[in-house]
Amino acid sequence: MTPKELLRSWLERQLDPAALAWLDEATEKAAKEAGDKPLYLALGLAPRKLGKGDLTLGPEDLNDARSARADWDPRGWSVDQAARILLLLATGERQPERFPELLDQLCRTGDLGELVAFYRGLPLYSAQDKLVARAQEGARSNMRALFEAVAHRNPFPKEKFSEDAWNHLVLKALFVGSALHPIQGLDARANRHLARMMVDFAQERWAAGRDVSPELWRCVVPFADAELEKDLARALELGERGGAAGAALALSQRGDAAAERLLERAPDLAGKARRGALSWDALATA
Amino acid sequence: MTYIDPHIHMFSRTTDDYQAMAEAGIVAVIEPSFWIGQPRSYVGSYIDYLSTIVGWERFRAAQFGIRHYCTIGLNSKEANNEALAEEVMEILPRFAVKEGVVAIGEIGYDEQSELEDRYLRKQLELAKELDMLVQIHTPHRDKKSGTLRTMDVCEEHGLDPSKVVIDHNNEETVQEVLDRGYWAAFTIYPKTKMGSERMVEIVRHYGSERIMVDSSADWGVSDPLSVPKTAKLMETRGIAKADIERVTYWNALAAYGQSGQMSEDDWLNPPEVDQRTLYEGNSVLRGQAPKVKGESEGVEN
Repeated sequence: MTPKELLRSWLERQLDPAALAWLDEATEKAAKEAGDKPLYLALGLAPRKLGKGDLTLGPEDLNDARSARADWDPRGWSVDQAARILLLLATGERQPERFPELLDQLCRTGDLGELVAFYRGLPLYSAQDKLVARAQEGARSNMRALFEAVAHRNPFPKEKFSEDAWNHLVLKALFVGSALHPIQGLDARANRHLARMMVDFAQERWAAGRDVSPELWRCVVPFADAELEKDLARALELGERGGAAGAALALSQRGDAAAERLLERAPDLAGKARRGALSWDALATA
Repeated sequence: MTYIDPHIHMFSRTTDDYQAMAEAGIVAVIEPSFWIGQPRSYVGSYIDYLSTIVGWERFRAAQFGIRHYCTIGLNSKEANNEALAEEVMEILPRFAVKEGVVAIGEIGYDEQSELEDRYLRKQLELAKELDMLVQIHTPHRDKKSGTLRTMDVCEEHGLDPSKVVIDHNNEETVQEVLDRGYWAAFTIYPKTKMGSERMVEIVRHYGSERIMVDSSADWGVSDPLSVPKTAKLMETRGIAKADIERVTYWNALAAYGQSGQMSEDDWLNPPEVDQRTLYEGNSVLRGQAPKVKGESEGVEN
């Protein structure tokens, strides 16, 4: 099934018949009628008509999602978000040429709930190459929910962002207090420049007497040279303030002689990391 | 005590205000679309403004544990720019159905010009078409006749007075507004027009039914704590607690709650999905550690 068909089938399972009938009619109207007013109204009204409940998805649904679109991860979507994205997909099918411009226009007038939905839908729209600037605009937002709609569980950035844009996305996640582990492609797109940016950020935080996230070191360790190793040593010595648990986990995953030498500075954490008692997911929420 | 300020322009206020408001017990605010002081000369600036009050401002408020709602409309001053007004009317329906929009407003008269009258009527029709409440701004000059005229026009267009809030009332207008079945809102201005002292006497005289207090705080000299301060004054002047609660909380909720877009649960028991996207105030976010009070970092610029 296509993503659009999948969304429709998930919503059919969950919505009562009257709500589903409203959605079907609104989808048809938005795709067929001249002018954008029916689309604007349907997008705006979706939560009023359908509620904002969680979209209930089982492991099979998530498999179907991945088969319909590589790395599509709809975990955490709500019913109104799914419906809004379905409306966009239906409109995009009808007017593929116009879609990037239409999406820009919708984002200029969207409320926060709409914007989160529009950006979560990014990997599903056609003409992906023409949506990069829009995606980056979303990642520039200071509204965390909106930023995370682009950054988290979304394959778009790892596929389409340039290295500079990618690096700013990851750094910004730390900056606004978002977790790194839900960012797809975090390890595959790690790079030396990002490692340097991360360490600069850690030093800046330490200078201000503030903690750094343990997740930061995941992006640093693979590129740690003699210079960066000094900062890793400091992180281990600072304990919680340094995000030491993350440094230990990343070092134990690298596992070479230099990493083992550094780990001697924090034997407790090193032991935990070796026993498998540390994980990136758990560190982000600790 | 907890309070609702049903008329405040947070667009023009600082985070210090939000912090003080949250500490004073304000849990929800309604931000009417208004004139930002500098006239807008392009529909684009109007679009960006309306987008701000349905999006960014709501996010700012949520960071302080305050729920933010708004009303959407073309204000009376800018209704006098016909070219702009026509374009704004085109885009209003797009914003009127957004989440958390509780009414068409604030609309009404300023100079009571012909153009103001035309766009007031058009917007009353829009409210009817979309089955929405209306929030009325009554003029600061020639107030009494302007207020009566506004109610006449509402009735001419077949609006149900129980779905209309008439704002900026004073001793001269309140009786007729209540007699005709409308909600009567009172703006407490620190220096001019209506003060807390007079408000106490109004509640003593007219009771608390269908009366609400707001600050209308904006870019001018105004006080975002008008609602809690007036409540305190009422208390020291011997107004019954139930009446104070009605005029500073329950009536605003009852009036604007009719929109289906504002409910006590929004702040007492926010749904998880809202906590994910909007409300970061004092609640535990799913999958995240609770924030320690006073340690919220807010937005880093």
